[in-house]
Amino acid sequence: MTRKTKGNTGRQGLSRRAFVKSAAVAGGAAIGSGAVRGFPTIWAQNIKNVTLRQFGTGVSNLNAVAEKCKQDTGITIQMTALDSDAVAQRAVTQPNSYDIADIEYWICKKVFPSGNLQPMEVKKLAYYDAIVPIFKTGKLTPDSVIAQGTAPHTVGFVEGKNSTSFAKQPTEWMTLIPTIYNGDTLGIRPDLIKKPVKNWRDLLDSDYVGKASILNIPSIGIMDAAMVCESLGKVTYADKGNMTREEIDKTMAVLTEAKKAGQFRAFWKTFDESVNLMASGEVVIQSMWSPAVAAVRSKGIACTYQPLEEGYRAWGGGLGLAKHLSGLELDAAYEYLNWYLSGWVGAYLNRQGYYSACLETAKKYMSADEWGYWMEGKPAQKDILSPDGKVMEKAGAVRDGGSFEERMGHIACWNSVMDENSYMIRKWNEFIVA
Amino acid sequence: MSPDGAVGEVARGGLPRGRPASPAAARFPRLRAGASYLQVAPLAVILALFLVIPILTIVVVSFWRFDEYRIIPDVVLDNYSYLLTSAVTLGLYLNTLKYAALAWVLTLGIGFAVAYFLAFHVRSTTWQMTLFVLCTIPFWTSNIIRMISWIPFLGRHGLLNQALLSLGLVDRPLEFLLFSDFAIVLAFVHLYTLFMVVPIFNSMMRIDRALIEAAVDAGATARQVVWHVVLPLCKPGIAIGSIFVVTLVMGDFITVRLMGGGQRASVGLAMSNEISLLQYPAAAADAVALLAVVLLMVAAMMRIVDVRKEL
Repeated sequence: MTRKTKGNTGRQGLSRRAFVKSAAVAGGAAIGSGAVRGFPTIWAQNIKNVTLRQFGTGVSNLNAVAEKCKQDTGITIQMTALDSDAVAQRAVTQPNSYDIADIEYWICKKVFPSGNLQPMEVKKLAYYDAIVPIFKTGKLTPDSVIAQGTAPHTVGFVEGKNSTSFAKQPTEWMTLIPTIYNGDTLGIRPDLIKKPVKNWRDLLDSDYVGKASILNIPSIGIMDAAMVCESLGKVTYADKGNMTREEIDKTMAVLTEAKKAGQFRAFWKTFDESVNLMASGEVVIQSMWSPAVAAVRSKGIACTYQPLEEGYRAWGGGLGLAKHLSGLELDAAYEYLNWYLSGWVGAYLNRQGYYSACLETAKKYMSADEWGYWMEGKPAQKDILSPDGKVMEKAGAVRDGGSFEERMGHIACWNSVMDENSYMIRKWNEFIVA
Repeated sequence: MSPDGAVGEVARGGLPRGRPASPAAARFPRLRAGASYLQVAPLAVILALFLVIPILTIVVVSFWRFDEYRIIPDVVLDNYSYLLTSAVTLGLYLNTLKYAALAWVLTLGIGFAVAYFLAFHVRSTTWQMTLFVLCTIPFWTSNIIRMISWIPFLGRHGLLNQALLSLGLVDRPLEFLLFSDFAIVLAFVHLYTLFMVVPIFNSMMRIDRALIEAAVDAGATARQVVWHVVLPLCKPGIAIGSIFVVTLVMGDFITVRLMGGGQRASVGLAMSNEISLLQYPAAAADAVALLAVVLLMVAAMMRIVDVRKEL
């Protein structure tokens, strides 16, 4: 394992080690010199030479984050953006190809037991207390009901440093620090839909024959399908995130029937496909992701991320540390994680319509108007700009779904991976062929 | 087929049968054999590395087990038993064969007509070559781009529907144009007709014009000339074009996915789904089965037409 790591890091690794030797001498001086731009650690000087390789999906692997990180901490982050299948694959099969894994919690449920990641010490996480309680206890407020599926807190902690079994309660060892999360719902074209859309079952409404779409990523598509079936009253589930074979069969039967009746115009697999289907008017109602709705709107086409009575299907991702990280690189990784939670990134992500893990820190980097629009569901006082300065919403706009509490307080189910996953995938494939 | 033929060529070049061997080779028969082995070696090595070993690997992996995130070396028949008993497989193959059959008939019809026009109606060689090169112009862009260009054209609010609506030919947009079997076959025909045109044109150019004159002198009508003289002499070209089109369609997944809007499936698409879900052994079993089916189809075609004899 160690040897492999050396081989992989190659020349860079050697020079790094050489540097550590000389740095050890300078260590005392570094302590003496104290805070370096607000990130006081003894390694602050040599950390500048560390490069961390991070991979994940395009949603959070943003170059702007790497650039800002370099500026603030000196650490170089190499970002690799992949699609979610490839992310899961890489996390398991190429553990030495990355230092930081940016993965979703349901992927974590499968990846962490493989032993390729190491848990993080809570006491080294400066902003642990500020992390939203959804990721610690599963409850947004003390009286919230815990949603179905792979709720992040169920896979957020392990028993000990070398443990790969998830803990029921928060422990000193965290698997991932949450980065972004959101509640997903149906996107609609309000200009092409006359009557109000209030429930998940509206996806199969006869008014939209040939104009509906659902996403063709089995693990997520099945959840949207379950939300629809439950809303129709045709299937009841003990846990939509972990269905029995019978529940899977019933769900797929409802969908297959709708498909044969010509309800669906297409199934989409990538972000761009969903944007094109909606923007071109081929589809007027479909499962959608929040930034895809923003992308349709940015073309000047009306698109609403419609809140529904049954609630949202939520997802969340986080950063995990590769098992092989140690010494200076591990310290740099902690430094990076603490910087990540310190607010700038949080504000950046919030401005994209996602939610960040530490709201308090992010708030400091947002204007009162931005905070009001994105987090409190208030009408925008001025134009709302995206992180790269484009106008996203005009003054007076109110965010679909309202405030943070309103949205994240209405989670029906988290993205998950089922025990009957293989069976479900087979059934899903049958549905696509049907 | 092509590797086989190529090896044949090299072997023939290396062992000049019927010609007297060079004096050195005659004195050292082993040297002669050694030299020919050496001549065959580069191609043999390339084929072994990039064709034989990968295929063997696929066959081996098709017997492995898998779970969500791992593939586990083993010898199990699960992948094949699911493949051979599942109704999905049958549906997939019927669907794929349907696309292959439709694409084959249409590309053959169009390809034959285009080649016939080029070979027999265009008299000057310069014009023949100019028009032939013209046919290849679409190949200057990638086939995915050529395929995607159909989407805005055929869509509900696409150019074609807008034109039909404004001409008053239809009163509502035609929805079958996009994300349908129609769209898939259309794209296949658009993409692969040239693979038919080229070999058929090549065969036609080799036909001795005296044969056609003789047929006309003997009182054959134009139709009879095509049916009884041109068509039989084009068989090798048709066979080669058919092999191209059928193998390409049988293995395709991206056309089916993009033009079918994700609602239609083919064997290739099922395989690509399995790969993306890390079910490599299942995909490998699928690949082995598809390879067997396609090889059988090619073998059948070769049985009907002996391509090498008639070339």
